[in-house]
Amino acid sequence: MNPVAKEAGGTQVADAGPVTRSREPLLWSLFSAGGMASAMLLPALAGMLWIAVPAGWVAAPEHGAILAVATHPLTRAAVAVLLTLFFFHWAHRFRYTLYDGLQLYHLNLLIAVATYGIASALSALALWILWTLG
Amino acid sequence: MKGAPGGGGAQGGRDDWDRYAPRSALNPRHTRHHPRWHRERIPIFWWVRNRRYTLFIVRELTAVLVLYSGLLLLAQLVAIGRGPESYEAFQEWLAQPWALALHAFVVAGLIFHTITWLNLAPKALVVRVGKIRVPPQAVLVGHYLAWIAVSALVVGALVGVAR
Repeated sequence: MNPVAKEAGGTQVADAGPVTRSREPLLWSLFSAGGMASAMLLPALAGMLWIAVPAGWVAAPEHGAILAVATHPLTRAAVAVLLTLFFFHWAHRFRYTLYDGLQLYHLNLLIAVATYGIASALSALALWILWTLG
Repeated sequence: MKGAPGGGGAQGGRDDWDRYAPRSALNPRHTRHHPRWHRERIPIFWWVRNRRYTLFIVRELTAVLVLYSGLLLLAQLVAIGRGPESYEAFQEWLAQPWALALHAFVVAGLIFHTITWLNLAPKALVVRVGKIRVPPQAVLVGHYLAWIAVSALVVGALVGVAR
């Protein structure tokens, strides 16, 4: 390998960007946990809540009953954790879809700040809504 | 192979050239700046032409449905928290044909997410019992059984609340 090519190869190594490598495992584990949680729960939950019940296949819960379930401390805590994982799952995957799929390499910083920023803001919003629910 | 003429070796590098024939003399337009290397431009929609690549991007985009589901769940909780009228209105909104059609699409996408996710599980997860590695097929089947169990629990819980 000649020196010029070697140098070119050396500088082509993508910089870690705003999200340093040390943070990558944390973000990946949030992505992974969110992926598993959404894979296990969401098809049944979405199918029931947004299709089976509105379409009338399953009786709609009374408001009092669903409110009691929604405001139970365990539900609040579980939903807060799940929503945070969902949002960070989206952020991580969407970040790399924009990065690789649309090849927006030059917008690496902007994309990372936007995706993880939106996920953080939505998680905070979810926490606040669940805290004050009912 | 390595190094420039002059045998500068490891620490020689490009500057060894200059010792023998300054490049400015050979080529007046020479600069010490790095040359631009050639990169082929790839069209933005490179993933449309090949079915595998399209499925890859579709798989990645299921994350948008996960985001949407999280937001809709949150909206539904807000409606429940605001009282019976608000809850009824939200349920009526969900019962509109276009909303049902949209959510049928969402559920289909979420199922695609689950299938692609669980199919990757044996590759991401090496389970050992003692010194023996659990075969990847068993890890895969285990994940699908877990999905069925969790789904049954969710359906059972929601039907139970409705009673």
